[in-house]
Amino acid sequence: MTAQTLSQSLLPGEDLLDIDPNPQTAGRQARPLRFITCGSVDDGKSTLIGRLLWDTKAVKEDQAAALRRDSTGKQNELGLPDFALLLDGLQAEREQGITIDVAYRYFATDRRSFIVADTPGHVQYTRNMATGASTADLAVLLVDARSGILEQTRRHATIAAMMGIRQFVLAVNKIDLSNYDEAGFQTIARAFREIALSLGVRQVTAIPVSALKGENIVMRGDELMPWYSGPTLVEVLEKATQRTGQTTGFRLPVQRVSRPGEGFRGYQGTVAGGSIKPGDSVVVLPSGVEANVKAIVTYDLVRNAAVHGDAITLVLDRPVDVARGDMIAAIDQRPMTGRAFTARLVALSPDGVVPGKRYWLKAGSRRQRVLLRPTSQLDLSTGNWDDANFLPVNGIGVVELDFEDVAVFDSYETNRDTGAFILIDPETLNTVAGGMIDGKRSKSGRFDALPDADRATVTLPARLLEAFLKTEFARAHAGEIKVTGPEEVEGE
Amino acid sequence: MNVIEHGRGKPPLDPHLKALENEAIHIFREVAAEFERPVMLYSIGKDSSVLLHLALKAFHPGKLPFPLVHIDTGWKFPEMIAFRDQVVARHGLDLIAHTNPDGLRDNVTPFSHGSARYTDIMKTQALKQALDMGRYDAAFGGARRDEEASRAKERIYSFRTSDHAWDPRNQRPELWSIYNGMIHPGESVRAFPLSNWTEVDIWRYIQAEKIELVPLYFAERRKVLERDGMLIAAGDPRIALLPGEQVREEMVRFRTLGCIPLTGGVRSTATTLDEVIAELEIATVSERQGRAIDRDQAGSMEKKKREGYF
Ligand SMILES: Nc1nc2c(ncn2[C@@H]2O[C@H](COP(=O)(O)OP(=O)(O)O)[C@@H](O)[C@H]2O)c(=O)[nH]1
Repeated sequence: MTAQTLSQSLLPGEDLLDIDPNPQTAGRQARPLRFITCGSVDDGKSTLIGRLLWDTKAVKEDQAAALRRDSTGKQNELGLPDFALLLDGLQAEREQGITIDVAYRYFATDRRSFIVADTPGHVQYTRNMATGASTADLAVLLVDARSGILEQTRRHATIAAMMGIRQFVLAVNKIDLSNYDEAGFQTIARAFREIALSLGVRQVTAIPVSALKGENIVMRGDELMPWYSGPTLVEVLEKATQRTGQTTGFRLPVQRVSRPGEGFRGYQGTVAGGSIKPGDSVVVLPSGVEANVKAIVTYDLVRNAAVHGDAITLVLDRPVDVARGDMIAAIDQRPMTGRAFTARLVALSPDGVVPGKRYWLKAGSRRQRVLLRPTSQLDLSTGNWDDANFLPVNGIGVVELDFEDVAVFDSYETNRDTGAFILIDPETLNTVAGGMIDGKRSKSGRFDALPDADRATVTLPARLLEAFLKTEFARAHAGEIKVTGPEEVEGE
Repeated sequence: MNVIEHGRGKPPLDPHLKALENEAIHIFREVAAEFERPVMLYSIGKDSSVLLHLALKAFHPGKLPFPLVHIDTGWKFPEMIAFRDQVVARHGLDLIAHTNPDGLRDNVTPFSHGSARYTDIMKTQALKQALDMGRYDAAFGGARRDEEASRAKERIYSFRTSDHAWDPRNQRPELWSIYNGMIHPGESVRAFPLSNWTEVDIWRYIQAEKIELVPLYFAERRKVLERDGMLIAAGDPRIALLPGEQVREEMVRFRTLGCIPLTGGVRSTATTLDEVIAELEIATVSERQGRAIDRDQAGSMEKKKREGYF
């Protein structure tokens, strides 16, 4: 069988990149691809990343020499240095033999450059993974070909999917130790695809690799795996898609107001969704004041358009009151505004997330007070959402947010930039959680991503109802479906 | 007000560099908006030149809303100081040059005190003095994560205690591009807009944006002497020849710029930007190799950072 690419169909908000087939034309024709690697201890994650850096020549000679000097002389049979030492950055961590936090590595091929978020596979993995995954467009999940999918694999996949990653690569590593067994590989690949599908991830590529020998990482491993004709890891990475944030309308969280001299007033920020051109009508939120775009100023040029990701200065056609923290948005595709929202949260601090405490919430350039109430927590071993009113460190939960002032969001599903936030403890000032907006809550406390009429109704017998409500699917689509028991009458 | 367009007739950046530029501008604006007294560390080198260029872009059409600080150890190349003064004049910048007065008084040199103590006194301590004097609560720096292993986990906002110390165990998680700029009085951050750039990116950007550099980056016949395997610029009367050393003329350029006795040159024939980039793309030696301070001891960069070095 060939590549395990289940589906190349695109999700809303994703664009297949036009990769320049002729790389000698100046420059790289794509933004850097950010991805995350996850695996259990000893699956070979360090070896895999080391191999990627080594085979793409990102490791310089003196670094390699320092490696040989530092290491206990440990080298593998191919005469390569111990890759784990290349990656362990901090002295404190080397002394303790633990990996704390997320390390970022850089490498490039002729076609594209890559930023890998390297996260440890143990203890604090949830918060580390959530951090690394927050900016990633793709996750490489590692398993040992001899042990296959572990509970840990499912956990990693769940976190990656929740953080908005929609492309998975399953690297079935140490394939050399399984005698390059095709049937074993297929079994693992199938099991993984099922997990991915249950998490709503359709772009899955499974690759048999040997990180140690460098097979199917950068170079092909045809000789020993003639049965595999799919892409190498690097080929998948080169062709991976990136979110373009075009599903929502124009969004500009205002970072600062520029008033360098008489007659000039510009709103500076990074376009967080959609696109804009002079003449477009916009609304300033939360005030609701409307205006038209007069000019898009940058250092290089006064431009005739700007798209998602561009750092710009926007000039409006009339004097309006705009301050840092406001959002300028498309007049006909507005984000949600309100005081009550529902979100998922990953607790990052040892103190967890406490109900009834007033935190600072920062989203885009806006910071405001929020009152928080956890309602359920994800049990990563069963995949169920259980009732909870407190989230311990590394806990993933659903929370209700109540603001004193109006807040402005998109759902994380539709826009990762305007649907994400961090929570800041008002005393320690530490970042204690990362959050993703699911939708707005109405007064009755119900969560509405869609108006009632647009929701699909799911009717279930009472005995299934409770179990269904705990599933990932029910949570993920809570704003789009209406779940009823058979005895309930349609419409409230 | 007339808005100047600097980029007329210049081809647009490729998407890769554009993305890095956008990210850096975002960070500049965020720090400038959230902190009361930001400052930019300016070391005159190529990374600082890129950093300054990005800052000018971030705040255009306005001026930089913060001053620049240059830590002058007294041992910088004369070409660097001349270049610095030109840049300051051209952009109308507010530059504060600071030298550690205690070090000057005690006549601290790399030779009398050794490179480690000299660096601590004339760079690390001097930097702390300058930051304290200005009561700066945020300092932009040009550090990149790919520079050195201990930087791979560095945050974009790197937190420092009130005595400027960096504790790797006490850094805040950074998710998405949402930065937590809240600090207690006395604490500060170092902000690194170039975190995600590699050395090649820096050079490509300099080329694409036609950013001017100190001429020391380009090969020229220069007077050098070889010491501890490094090619050191000769000519400064304070650098005495050791027995067996002699001054030669060679085609060399410098990959990083620092204090004369601590900066090693590389033999090169690259006299233009294109040639430097071509050499770089086949080079297998990382740039920090030219710096004596990194070689003092294992984990030396981390140690310096804990003590307050950039
Ligand atoms: N035979 C074989 N050994 C491997 C492979 N990948 C990693 N290893 C070995 O597995 C052990 C654990 O690898 P490491 O990269 O440190 O795992 P990590 O804990 O996931 O980072 C090391 O002894 C590696 O040499 C592989 O593809 N084949």
